[in-house]
Amino acid sequence: MSEPLLNVTGLTMRFGGLVAVDGVNLSADTGRITALIGPNGAGKTTIFNCLTGFYKPTSGELSLSHPTRGKVSLQTLPGYQVARHGVVRTFQNIRLFPRMTVLENLLVAQHVGLMRKSVLGVAGLLGLKGWRTAQKEAIERARFWINRLDLAAVANEEAGNLSYGMQRRVEIARAMNTDPLLLCLDEPAAGLNPRETAALGELLQGIRAEFGIGILLIEHDMKLVMGISDHIHVVEYGRKIAEGTPEQIRTDERVIKAYLGEPDEEELPAVVAADIAEVAAGEGDRV
Amino acid sequence: MDASALGTFLQYLINGLTLGAIYGLIAIGYTMVYGIIRMINFAHGEIYMIGAFVAVTTFSLLASLGVTAVPLALLLVLLVSIFFTAAYGWTVERIAYRPLRGAPKLAPLISAIGMSIFLQNYVMQTQGSRPKPLAPVMNGGITLWNGDGFTLSISYIQLFIILLTLVLMLGFTQLIGRTALGRAQRACEQDRTMAGLLGINVDRTISLTFVMGATLAAVAGVLVTMYYGVIDFYIGFLAGMKAFTAAVLGGIGSLPGAMLGGLLIGLIEAFFTGYISGAYKDVASFSVLIAVLVFRPTGLLGRPDIEKV
Amino acid sequence: MATVALPTRLKDAAIAAGLALVLAIPFIGLFTVSTDQGLVVNSRWSWVAWAVGLVFAGRLLLGAGRDALAARANRKNNEHIDLTNHHKNNRILRGIAIGFVVFIVPVFFLIYGGASGIQIILALVICLLIGFFLDILGGFVLPALKKVDRSSVGTRLTRAFMVAALLFAVTLPFMPYSDRYIIDLGTTVLIYILLGLGLNVTVGLAGLLDLGFVAFYAIGAYSFALLSKFFGLDFWVCLPLSGLIAAGFGVLLSLPILRLRGDYLAIVTLGFGEITRIVILNWQGLTGGPNGVSGIPRPGLFGLSFERRPPEGMVSFHEVTGIGFSGEHRLMFLYLIVLALVCLAAWVINRLRALPVGRAWEALREDEIACRSLGINPTASKVSAYAIGGMMGGFAGCFFAARQGFVSPESFGFIESALILAIVVLGGMGSQVGVVIAALFIVMLPELGREFADYRMIVFGLAMITIMVWRPGGLLSTRVPTVKLDQKGA
Repeated sequence: MSEPLLNVTGLTMRFGGLVAVDGVNLSADTGRITALIGPNGAGKTTIFNCLTGFYKPTSGELSLSHPTRGKVSLQTLPGYQVARHGVVRTFQNIRLFPRMTVLENLLVAQHVGLMRKSVLGVAGLLGLKGWRTAQKEAIERARFWINRLDLAAVANEEAGNLSYGMQRRVEIARAMNTDPLLLCLDEPAAGLNPRETAALGELLQGIRAEFGIGILLIEHDMKLVMGISDHIHVVEYGRKIAEGTPEQIRTDERVIKAYLGEPDEEELPAVVAADIAEVAAGEGDRV
Repeated sequence: MDASALGTFLQYLINGLTLGAIYGLIAIGYTMVYGIIRMINFAHGEIYMIGAFVAVTTFSLLASLGVTAVPLALLLVLLVSIFFTAAYGWTVERIAYRPLRGAPKLAPLISAIGMSIFLQNYVMQTQGSRPKPLAPVMNGGITLWNGDGFTLSISYIQLFIILLTLVLMLGFTQLIGRTALGRAQRACEQDRTMAGLLGINVDRTISLTFVMGATLAAVAGVLVTMYYGVIDFYIGFLAGMKAFTAAVLGGIGSLPGAMLGGLLIGLIEAFFTGYISGAYKDVASFSVLIAVLVFRPTGLLGRPDIEKV
Repeated sequence: MATVALPTRLKDAAIAAGLALVLAIPFIGLFTVSTDQGLVVNSRWSWVAWAVGLVFAGRLLLGAGRDALAARANRKNNEHIDLTNHHKNNRILRGIAIGFVVFIVPVFFLIYGGASGIQIILALVICLLIGFFLDILGGFVLPALKKVDRSSVGTRLTRAFMVAALLFAVTLPFMPYSDRYIIDLGTTVLIYILLGLGLNVTVGLAGLLDLGFVAFYAIGAYSFALLSKFFGLDFWVCLPLSGLIAAGFGVLLSLPILRLRGDYLAIVTLGFGEITRIVILNWQGLTGGPNGVSGIPRPGLFGLSFERRPPEGMVSFHEVTGIGFSGEHRLMFLYLIVLALVCLAAWVINRLRALPVGRAWEALREDEIACRSLGINPTASKVSAYAIGGMMGGFAGCFFAARQGFVSPESFGFIESALILAIVVLGGMGSQVGVVIAALFIVMLPELGREFADYRMIVFGLAMITIMVWRPGGLLSTRVPTVKLDQKGA
């Protein structure tokens, strides 16, 4: 088997005395949706922050197999360089450029390529032909994603004025405009209603099928996770406690324990567990 | 180091501490306001200038009324100056800042600059643009050391400034740390909406913060009037800038930080003037500030703010 | 909100009056005068009475006015809020705001130009007509060229006003109503516009607070002054050099503050401005200290000089053209130079906004963390914003030195920085038209009040507060998108 797109080994992150992430191994590959789940405070977002260059991990290796640049150790790059290597993220509490339009948000995402083509702005300032073509292409690419995510009606609106669900979509569209290898989504379904969540699931599956990129997903919505993931990693208290296919995770005792507590708090958990199993089974068939 | 060099050093130290105490008092006003509403109250230097002018008027008035006992006069001047200056502090907040809660960040800053321009010119028009000289209120001092070729002395006024500042600092720390008002203030600093929901009168707390800042600025104004014996309508700008520097140096939002920053700026000025050059003393303070901020972006005692992603 | 009952309002006004009384006593009521016997306290209680009465009446009227507004807003709230309509209104508002220029200028001329006020209004009307005509013409020409003009009424209104304003500005020095004073004032306005445009890059676009912008102005001015003094370089050589030197200082300034955020920037940039001023003031050997540098050469036009007696190696303008010498020619020439500079700067900055560099600035202002997550290097963006902003300041400084022929540290105090920042914020952060309007306002308002010279700064300060309270986002707070997606096939 060849090296996966992203291979994380022994990732540890300490804040002072607090160990937020402790020796986590995980991998994500192209053409697959990998989910990262765990109870609140398990360290999922911290793992994301390490991955995408916002934190420098205390130790561990974040190895990216870049198709043209070969093996890259993400933890050695300056923060903003991570995105330039194709690992791009969204945020748990949406971070758009609120006073810029949706279109402009997507154009900012194409900054790196456009900057090169505008020759640091000089060609752009002079309005050279090469730049004008590049700019047209950039707009077309943005248009593609705007249409794809059903944002055409609001393309010229300021992003900050949009509804929550739309903002989530803009954020995903923006991330896709960077032309990523690995798309990291931090709770993309948070705050969405069931219908929007279902649409999100389809969108992610569509992106996987059409563009063959890897998707790494943090999510609390079990229905969504179980429905679309190819592989799931479960973390608790900063440690990985299980990994496997949705079927394996669903039946894993440690996972059930982590989510539902020790068996001695019986009554309620048993009922909830049955519920989850039922829902998961129903969804599982569809995949 | 020979004795006279040591003596010079100690003399600069005393001068620096006196100056630093005054800067510290003004800096507290900046830091408290910043802590609670995250804005730079650019007009605070003007509030201090107002305090100094009220002090001059009151001193002159008392002199003409024949009140000559220094302690009594001093007490009256302090009270009168605090009263009027606090009224100005309260009004400034009410008129120029309160309507701008929740406005874009720079709006209150521009409003504050406008207020600063207004107050300066208002005082210039009503009191005249010529400097106001005041007859010395407190004379004499204590010679701490005499002999070996140098004298080391501290004047009564210097002693008074340092002691009064010390007392006020202690009092304020208690006030913020122990009273309900202090608790309300700290709650508003952390989360104004929540504090409001819990029944704290946020507007009143903010107003009181301005009043407290103005109170200390008034004291600083009285002290400066006595120390230098001459003031004009322009003193607020420079002092305000120094105090602001001090507040940031110490870590804006931190009370002990403001005092520490004030003392440091005072000492830097005194030593730089003494040993190197008076002309560049402000360059020295600003350079120290920039150097500190490069290594500690939140100042000496400021809490480092962790970047939340 | 129900209207407030009269007794409540009276009580409110009484409280305000009481406060006014307290505030008035130590400053309006009492004042000290220096005499041989030391300070003597005098009083003027009638003034206090006036002040208190005014506050009482003012507060009463303000309350009534506010009630009326609240009632109207209430009615509006009940109506359905339509987003597209909102946008349309905003654009029309923009057009009207630009029209404000058309208002303040004639008022000014009416007061100062006397009879020529009529002429100026005529000129403005003609400019406006031409502006609208060109716009209408454009409406016919563009479709013919198959470049369909989809602009809305508001946009076209704005455009027409802009064309008119530009026409007016270009023709100003040649008009019969222009005299020395008018041209000189126009030049001052344009310098502040140039400065405002520069600071607008740093503060308005990139969102980086700068309270020491005057440093770049000073550096530009002294660059020219010293380069000409020591190396004999002329204005046209020094102009780009001054810009580059100032940009270099912009980079230098940005380095220590990359990690600082928000308000910490305020004090460091303020410090930078003060350090620059103090160094200029005290480095006697180089800068002449408080005496400044004089004898700065005036700019010439392709080797033609505007002096009565041209310097060695130059020919004078009046001899070549044979129109006779007039000191006004030089002023007109200076005015046109700075006008060209302003147009160039506005064009470049507007262009940059739609380029990745400028878009990254705005993105940085909006959310630095999101920028990093998209591969934008925040350091590079910050450095470039300070450099470009600084460069504009440098140009303005160089021009200022050329115009005055003399520079001294006095021209570069903190108040200048505050004024330039006020221009940016009052105009509406990021808005270039806003900068133009605010610069007109800030420069002309004190001039309008010259009769009340003593009180004009008081009014000026109050006006700053009032505008901020009235429109916290600045006069033009709507942002114009840099690019629009036309909905073909949608």
